Amino acid sequence: MTARTLNARGRSTFYVALLLAPPLLWLGTVYLGSLFALLMQSFYAIDEFTAKIVPEFTLKTYRQLVSQPAHIDIVVRTVSMAIAVTIAAAVIAFPVANYMARHAGPKMKAFFYVGVMLPMWISYLVKVYAWRLILAKEGIVSWFFGALGLTPVLDKALSMPVLGGPSLASSYLGMFIVFVYMWLPFMILPLAAALERVPGSLLQASADLGARPGQTFRNVVLPLALPGLAAGSIFTFALTLGDYIIPSIVGAPGYFIGMMVYQQQGTAGNLPLAAAFSVVPIVLIALYLALARRLGAFDAL
Amino acid sequence: MRSDRRKRDWNGASFGSKLAAAAGLVFLHAPVWVIALYAFTTEDRTYQFPPPGLTLHWFQVAFAREDIWAAMRLSLEVAAIATLAAIVLGSFAAFALARKPFPGKDTITLLFVLPIALPGILTGLALLTGIRTVGIEPGFWTIVAGHATFCLVIVYNNVIARLRRIPSSWIEASQDLGARGPQTFLYVLLPQIATALLAGGMLAFALSFDEIIVTLFTAGHEKTLPIWFYSELFRPRDRPVTNVVAVMVILVTLLPILLAYYLTKPDENASGA
Amino acid sequence: MTAAIELRDSSRAFGTVVALDRVSLTIAQGEFFALLGPSGSGKTTCLRLVAGFDQPDSGQILLDGHDVTGVPPFDRNVNTVFQDYALFPHMSVAENVAYGPRVRGVKSSERLARANEMLELVRLGSFGERRPAQLSGGQKQRVALARALINKPKVLLLDEPLGALDLKLREEMQAELKGLQQRLGITFVFVTHDQGEALSMADRVAVFSQGRIEQLDTPRELYNRPRTAFVANFVGSANVVEAALAERLTGKRQPFAIRPELIEILDAGERVPDGSVSCEGTLDNVLYHGASSRCHVRIDEQTVLAVARAESATGTAGLREGDRVRLAWRPESAVALESA
Repeated sequence: MTARTLNARGRSTFYVALLLAPPLLWLGTVYLGSLFALLMQSFYAIDEFTAKIVPEFTLKTYRQLVSQPAHIDIVVRTVSMAIAVTIAAAVIAFPVANYMARHAGPKMKAFFYVGVMLPMWISYLVKVYAWRLILAKEGIVSWFFGALGLTPVLDKALSMPVLGGPSLASSYLGMFIVFVYMWLPFMILPLAAALERVPGSLLQASADLGARPGQTFRNVVLPLALPGLAAGSIFTFALTLGDYIIPSIVGAPGYFIGMMVYQQQGTAGNLPLAAAFSVVPIVLIALYLALARRLGAFDAL
Repeated sequence: MRSDRRKRDWNGASFGSKLAAAAGLVFLHAPVWVIALYAFTTEDRTYQFPPPGLTLHWFQVAFAREDIWAAMRLSLEVAAIATLAAIVLGSFAAFALARKPFPGKDTITLLFVLPIALPGILTGLALLTGIRTVGIEPGFWTIVAGHATFCLVIVYNNVIARLRRIPSSWIEASQDLGARGPQTFLYVLLPQIATALLAGGMLAFALSFDEIIVTLFTAGHEKTLPIWFYSELFRPRDRPVTNVVAVMVILVTLLPILLAYYLTKPDENASGA
Repeated sequence: MTAAIELRDSSRAFGTVVALDRVSLTIAQGEFFALLGPSGSGKTTCLRLVAGFDQPDSGQILLDGHDVTGVPPFDRNVNTVFQDYALFPHMSVAENVAYGPRVRGVKSSERLARANEMLELVRLGSFGERRPAQLSGGQKQRVALARALINKPKVLLLDEPLGALDLKLREEMQAELKGLQQRLGITFVFVTHDQGEALSMADRVAVFSQGRIEQLDTPRELYNRPRTAFVANFVGSANVVEAALAERLTGKRQPFAIRPELIEILDAGERVPDGSVSCEGTLDNVLYHGASSRCHVRIDEQTVLAVARAESATGTAGLREGDRVRLAWRPESAVALESA
């Protein structure tokens, strides 16, 4: 290689490095550094007597995490909710995404896209608060059911053992509804994108070979939509798993992972335990991502 | 007579599925309209529906509240600074990572996705841990630091998406015609990414203004508007004022995002070839 | 006179793929030169090395006798017309053309005046205010030309300039480019995969294959005297007769190429002319092309010879698939090929 060619290529690498340095340094120290500090904390433990953090490497905190039944409860509760929300979101999202992707004309399609994205852009807290109002005892839902004469149905739902509560706003059922609402656009959009990518010629081929619309749907559309569903489910699952605000505003007293983390680092002062708890969603999400990738979710993103 | 009898598309949507789609859309939008409605209600103690009467009284009350203004001001300051930092850092990163591959590029690209990929609670707790480890008091600048981190990722994503759509032949053409690095940047690249940069900035601003999940960890005693809002949620009185603030927040965050969306829609003048 | 462009032993590899393998090349001043070859043959890499968008791993690039290896594109007196035209969409046509002068500091009024002059030259005089998006493919190409030529380069490089145009437009542009080059007298180097284009426009052609130049010659020489089987096939497809069959037909184990139009199909009962080489075969099919037809005659398991027969006089009207036919050609028509 001549000296000149080394210079020409070396020059551009230098500029790239120069540009990359500030943001990389920032993310590296502030972000990665903090994440690392957190991980470290999870390997420390609280001294029971002094209530101070002992900076020695130990697995005591993790053992505490997995041994206490109350903790296991929390994880199970959170994961169950995440799964339920994912399934419900998929069911509700499908007709909307299907219509948007395959049947809507261009104007209608644009309208629907903006319509689905608009709620995503509205402040998170405001949406949660709105649902609190709606689900409250004197709120819209009660009025609605009352107007239709369906109040006994509502009461029945609220008296269900695990899901019910004094009002929708303080029951798992209510929390479930809010979660589904919040993440619905995240399920609709990848699903619609995946459905749109199904070439029309495939549907025509299916019909040409004798399949009725229902069969074409089951055999051609649904399997091809699976990556989109998987992609959307990543959002619904991960977002539900890590959320701590919604359970604190709408829902029954039982703890969720997020709330546990928040509480442990705050009033309880047990940062190591909070750190350990926060590792749980990561592990779960990583596992879920591995599963979703098998289903082709990454190509649909 | 109807000579244009439309053939029923055998794969077309049935009435039922159209209804389901519409219902889904209504479900998505109804809550927001509800909140807007509640901001005008005369009833101040409960969430009664339908509202017994409509009034602008609560808007007046809200505008008179000093604590609301203080929180609003703080949020705006934080958002402004975080957005500025995000624009600079984010675009630097986008330019660096847009083209030539180099060893480690994939890992670095992953790093630039993490802040929005990982759950907010993790980011929040991590930052708090970092803050405590280093020994700083959480306050204004820690809030800004936290916001800047994911805001820069937003700007980065917007700018790099635009940069990737610019054919490399344009840059080569500019060089071929005699333009040096800064000239190519100024005359060819900057006009093209201007809208992406603006859109990224506005998204970052809206995100920062509305942020609660991470901010609750990094704010210490400071109260941004979302934090104010969160604490008000558990107070039975002053509910309608909270509703008014909710409406205000919607407007302040929705408008920039809408603008950003229209700026980055695949534009028709992106082709010169 | 010093060569306009010279490549000395230049190589470029991308990872394990060798794009250019120790290529040496000399292009004279004022020449209309073509780099011809299939995709991946190295012709575009060669062009990019001359333009300065890429650096050779080894070897040198000289422009006008000066070593420019390592010199960036903006310091070379060479301009390029890109395959996708690369017009800047946020500038008007005139501003695009005026870009070169602009980055060299020429004042606004002067450079716009010069731009409009160039636009007149390419017959787009009134298009100055339009945007690239409003132009057709052919018009964009002419703007790209004007934008390159305004800088008065010593060499103009064109990367597959006519690929995106339809047939009629392509033929028009070929004539225009040739005329333009002759008027301006500067060196034109263009890259193409279309051998017809190369043959009709260029003074000399370099045929590339797998990173090397197989043959560098005038169009006539390339067509009439291909040196390798690759060139024979790529430049106006010729029949390539392998060593074994050659031995049976001529007695010598020398592979050769023969153009379809130089083979005759003898009518029934016609004598083989003295001194001609002949062989027999079965007619596989006849493809009618209007002025002439292409007949594919199967000689043996591996060999099918293509014969072009003019449709004047008897033409191919009497021929049927499956007929046994006798072919003949003059021995001088065969071109000996280097073994691969």
